[in-house]
Amino acid sequence: MSDQVDHSRRRLLTAATVGTGAIGAVFAAVPFLASWQPSARAKALGAPVEVDASKLEPGQMLKVAWRGQPVFVVRRSKEVIAQLGNHDALLADPASDDSEQPDYIKAKGAARAINPEYWVGLAVCTHLGCSPLGAFEANNQFQVAGTDLGSGWPGGFYCPCHGSKYDISGRVFKSMPAPKNLAIPSYTFSGDARITIGVDAAPQKT
Amino acid sequence: MAATPDTADPVKSTGLLGWIDQRFPLTKLWREQVSEYYAPKNFNFWYYFGSIALLVLVNQIVTGIFLTMNYKPSAAEAFSSVEYIMRDVDWGWLIRYMHSTGASAFFIVVYLHMFRALIYGSHRRPRELLWIFGCVIFVLLMAEAFMGYVLPWGNMSFWGAQVITSLFGSLPVIGGPLLEWIRGDFVIADATLNRFFALHVVALPFALVFLVAAHLMALHEVGSNNPDGIEIKKTKGADGHPLDGIPFHPYYTVKDIMGVAGFLLVFCGVIFFAPTFGGVFLEPANFEPANPLQTPPHIAPVWYFTPYYAMLRAVPSFAGTQIWGVLVMGAAIVVLFFLPWLDRSPVKSIRYRGPIFKVALAIFVVAFLVLGICGMKPPSGIYPMLAKWCTALYFAFFLLMPWYSRLDSTKPVPERVTGHA
Repeated sequence: MSDQVDHSRRRLLTAATVGTGAIGAVFAAVPFLASWQPSARAKALGAPVEVDASKLEPGQMLKVAWRGQPVFVVRRSKEVIAQLGNHDALLADPASDDSEQPDYIKAKGAARAINPEYWVGLAVCTHLGCSPLGAFEANNQFQVAGTDLGSGWPGGFYCPCHGSKYDISGRVFKSMPAPKNLAIPSYTFSGDARITIGVDAAPQKT
Repeated sequence: MAATPDTADPVKSTGLLGWIDQRFPLTKLWREQVSEYYAPKNFNFWYYFGSIALLVLVNQIVTGIFLTMNYKPSAAEAFSSVEYIMRDVDWGWLIRYMHSTGASAFFIVVYLHMFRALIYGSHRRPRELLWIFGCVIFVLLMAEAFMGYVLPWGNMSFWGAQVITSLFGSLPVIGGPLLEWIRGDFVIADATLNRFFALHVVALPFALVFLVAAHLMALHEVGSNNPDGIEIKKTKGADGHPLDGIPFHPYYTVKDIMGVAGFLLVFCGVIFFAPTFGGVFLEPANFEPANPLQTPPHIAPVWYFTPYYAMLRAVPSFAGTQIWGVLVMGAAIVVLFFLPWLDRSPVKSIRYRGPIFKVALAIFVVAFLVLGICGMKPPSGIYPMLAKWCTALYFAFFLLMPWYSRLDSTKPVPERVTGHA
């Protein structure tokens, strides 16, 4: 009998069985892979956060949690705001073209803020997600984890993990591990210094 | 194997063993894998580390099982459950320190085991697959160690997980969704901890044990290399066994027990007198609970990852993405898999190699150690520049190997193993 086996028919049937089985295995894998997605409960947690920044002095900052991520609120002095455009040549993305922010923030240029006095941004380094530290005094011998930011330092943020440096508008300097400026969430003012993070002001939404 | 007279004989056993042997190849397995596995008689110090690695694997599994009996894999309870193990569970501190010290010991032993392969050419034909199994074990071990480090949910656990999972987020297009999929949330959270626990205690140990078995089966199929880098199977005696081989049991089981004794002396010394090893085995930042708002001022992975972490940090981002550092770090591991084909020297062992390989190897070892130091230090001062140079040297060692290993002079290789005549 064995010399009468139709081998091409055998091969076709085997290939069809393997193919069908493989497709079935792929479909069977879907529920397991999908179970790794953020659950319905994780998605539900993400309400806006209201911050009262009125007690901040110039040069101070607040850190609040929004959607589990740290957000900076920094109060900047008039002098600092006036200096913001002076070091654009040192920055990787001075106009924030490649960075994440609402359009109404991008339109504000170097200040990257609705009100230049209060800068709001995600305290999540765009490199690998560490939380940068504030180092707001210009030209100081800022020491963090043994790092001296040098005499040309215009003031800003320093990420201790991999050494990325940002200016005080969260714009990243050139040749840093981080590729983009710090992201800025949607936010709106509900008073002089009351900020709601996570929502746009309705008429400005673009 | 089948051609040798001993194993060609059917197993003649009686009593209970005979009953078993008729139903399961117990005696046959024992002979093939242990008592009649002929290993070269000239093994030296470097050949301890394979058996010690196996011992550490057993240590990790046994202590790990007992740790899971008191550990709680949730963001709310993990940190305090580890403190509970340390303070309130009888002997809990010992079990945990055996596990945490075992993790570092595993990497010390595995790095030395890999270095042994490098100097004696143990990765060369016909042992390429044996080497590749070993490389896969190394990769899984890194994943296992990383996820294990997240479980105590200290601040370094949290931020280490943040940084390492973010590596996947740097991939173009799929990065963002992939990152959410891995974390199971929009940030590192309870879901992340819980799934890392599952992978750390179930999935990866299974895979590791399976691969270790495959590694040993491949070894016993092709036979062990030796410090002379010659094939002992080429010279067989009248009984069909290699003239330069001795049975693994009792000769090497006894020798390995000696190695284990030496290892345990050092291992217990660390467990009892320096379990944190000055902040290197257990980092100070991990003695405070995870704080999603505060990155530790000086973040560094545990020592065994620092050479690769230094490479990641050494590469700046350009073209709007930081993926280049991630690719370089990945390539540093991937290149290991190709080692058997990069080495074109006509001899295997460093004993018969010329000066070029010896110098290249010395430079490689120094570069690897310097990278390890750079990865522990903050990214400022001299370290970023050092890390860049050493990354280049690391890759040069592998990528230039096809040329310099061929150009290098060699000494004549003996027919039979040397020493211990």
